[in-house]
Amino acid sequence: MRLPASTVPPVAPRPAARIVRGVGWRQREGLAAMAFLAPAALGFAAFFLWPTLRALYLSLTDWDLLSPPTLIGFDNYVKLAQDPLFWNALGVTAEYVVLNIGSQTILALGLAVLLHRLTRSMVIRGIVLLPYLIPNVVVALIFLWMMDFNLGVSNEVLEWLGVGRIPFLSSETWAIPTIAGINTWRYLGHTALLIFAGLQAIPREVYEAAAIDGASEWRIFTRITVPLLRPVLALVLVLTMIGSFQIFDTVAVTTRGGPENATRVLYYYIFERAFNQYDFGYAAAICTVLMVILAAITFLQLRLMRANQSDLS
Amino acid sequence: MTSIPIAEPTDTASATRPALVVTPTVPGRGSRRWRPGRVLAWVALGTVLGVTLFPFWWVVRTGLSNTKELTTNAGSFLPVDLTLGAFRRVLGVASTQDAVAQGGSGASLNFWLFLRNSVIVATLITAGQVFFSAMAAYAFARLRWPGREAVFFLFLTALMIPPIFTMIPNFVLIKQLGLLNTFAGVVAPYFFMTPFAVFFMRQFLLGISHEVEEAALIDGAGRFRIFSRIILPISSAPLATLAILTYLQAWNEYMWPLVVGQREDVRVLTVALALFRQQTPQGSPDWAGLMAGTLLAALPVMLLLLVFGRRLINSIQFTGLK
Repeated sequence: MRLPASTVPPVAPRPAARIVRGVGWRQREGLAAMAFLAPAALGFAAFFLWPTLRALYLSLTDWDLLSPPTLIGFDNYVKLAQDPLFWNALGVTAEYVVLNIGSQTILALGLAVLLHRLTRSMVIRGIVLLPYLIPNVVVALIFLWMMDFNLGVSNEVLEWLGVGRIPFLSSETWAIPTIAGINTWRYLGHTALLIFAGLQAIPREVYEAAAIDGASEWRIFTRITVPLLRPVLALVLVLTMIGSFQIFDTVAVTTRGGPENATRVLYYYIFERAFNQYDFGYAAAICTVLMVILAAITFLQLRLMRANQSDLS
Repeated sequence: MTSIPIAEPTDTASATRPALVVTPTVPGRGSRRWRPGRVLAWVALGTVLGVTLFPFWWVVRTGLSNTKELTTNAGSFLPVDLTLGAFRRVLGVASTQDAVAQGGSGASLNFWLFLRNSVIVATLITAGQVFFSAMAAYAFARLRWPGREAVFFLFLTALMIPPIFTMIPNFVLIKQLGLLNTFAGVVAPYFFMTPFAVFFMRQFLLGISHEVEEAALIDGAGRFRIFSRIILPISSAPLATLAILTYLQAWNEYMWPLVVGQREDVRVLTVALALFRQQTPQGSPDWAGLMAGTLLAALPVMLLLLVFGRRLINSIQFTGLK
């Protein structure tokens, strides 16, 4: 794409082009830009900008979609603060995120280091990524089957081991850890590859120097890999955590919020409020709270991990 | 997919480095390869791969089983009473009698119709989103106009908004437009752009040298001609990558089509599969049929990985580091 420097006179083409195009080029370029932008701008305005403003407005109304919305100020938010189901949803979601992100990040870091130290095989990376590519719904159905109390393979194995069967998805204690585990399985490879990309950015010289000095693998991991990886880890944590908060598909397919609200996560609660109970104003209010929580987490994490400072520079 | 290691910059860097630096580690290499730690590391990696792949085998194993016999031999590693019955049921080529005899629930999955719907939705979204986002990216990356940076920043802020936040008003909008249960409604929010797609293409277009365009401008070519004849061909690689990512995402989407596209004639596979499982009577779902269905629904995606493996893997690594 870029021509060899010697064939192009350094400054000449640009001023020449401007002279040729004359006075109106700036306006013409502006017009062309508008034309190129038009379809995307329409989509952005109709499906991102306008709905965002509308959702903020709706959160201040009482609306069942049939009669026009009535403005009720901050009543939805007041109601929210006293709604045990909302606090339950928040708690359940938090439990899920902690379990999911905790296991997923630790395992992914380990897997990324393994990949980095052992192999450059694309086949292995492909296998690792495979679960991330198949639909959430499919993953949920597969595990619904594998975790089945009577016929699931996991319970067959547990019984064979003499542990006894576990009602993974139908018990209040096990449901959230099980769903967290399912999604750890799905996102492990993806997270690992993100971290792996960060590992590749660490200069090889650092490792060679450590090897010459006779540093052990563990020492290399704790003293070199983790500190140099910190900015990437922070970004990956922000990305995966935001994704994790938005757990919906797996719950909707496997437990549908049950048993006894044990898996009624925020997204599912919002969904039910809006599309089963037609309580659009209230659902929009929960959405707004969720957005504030996500923004706060992003900000805090980037601050705590000092993501924009790298030890490399 | 091939197993040839990709040539990362780091590889070439170490290959061209003088042998002097590498030499000290060489004597240790032979013994190092078989150190117990290394064996342990391979065992760990092998375990991860095993755990990753096992559910896929279990789907195949169950899909090839006879639902009625599954209860008698739930732990068998191989298919129980090997049969293609479940696949025949899902694809609609088995008679109802046969289906019920093998433990089918009678509830039918109109697989071909839902497959068609998924293909239509994913194709429309991919074509529209990639093309319009590339156009917008061109305006952001290559044209100078007042307010450019501000508008781009506004586009980017949309990345911070959780999808469910816009979903409620979007549902209302689609309903008010009378587009519920139409392909237009299922496709609309993703058809014109996503902030990510615009960002992705802009990053690439920023890197194209100006000389190419200037030459064409002097020759009197218009902006649209430059875009279609020069910019798009140069960008075929990132366009393809974006198209694959968009297709995957559209194929896997569940919540939005669940809300706006319930009716059979626009119902996509993900929605259909979830519904199929809910329809099966309590206690005795047609597990073999369900697993055959999930396998068929995941197959196109696995094909994408097989064909575009390297491009996909590299793009995933890029997207995380935006």
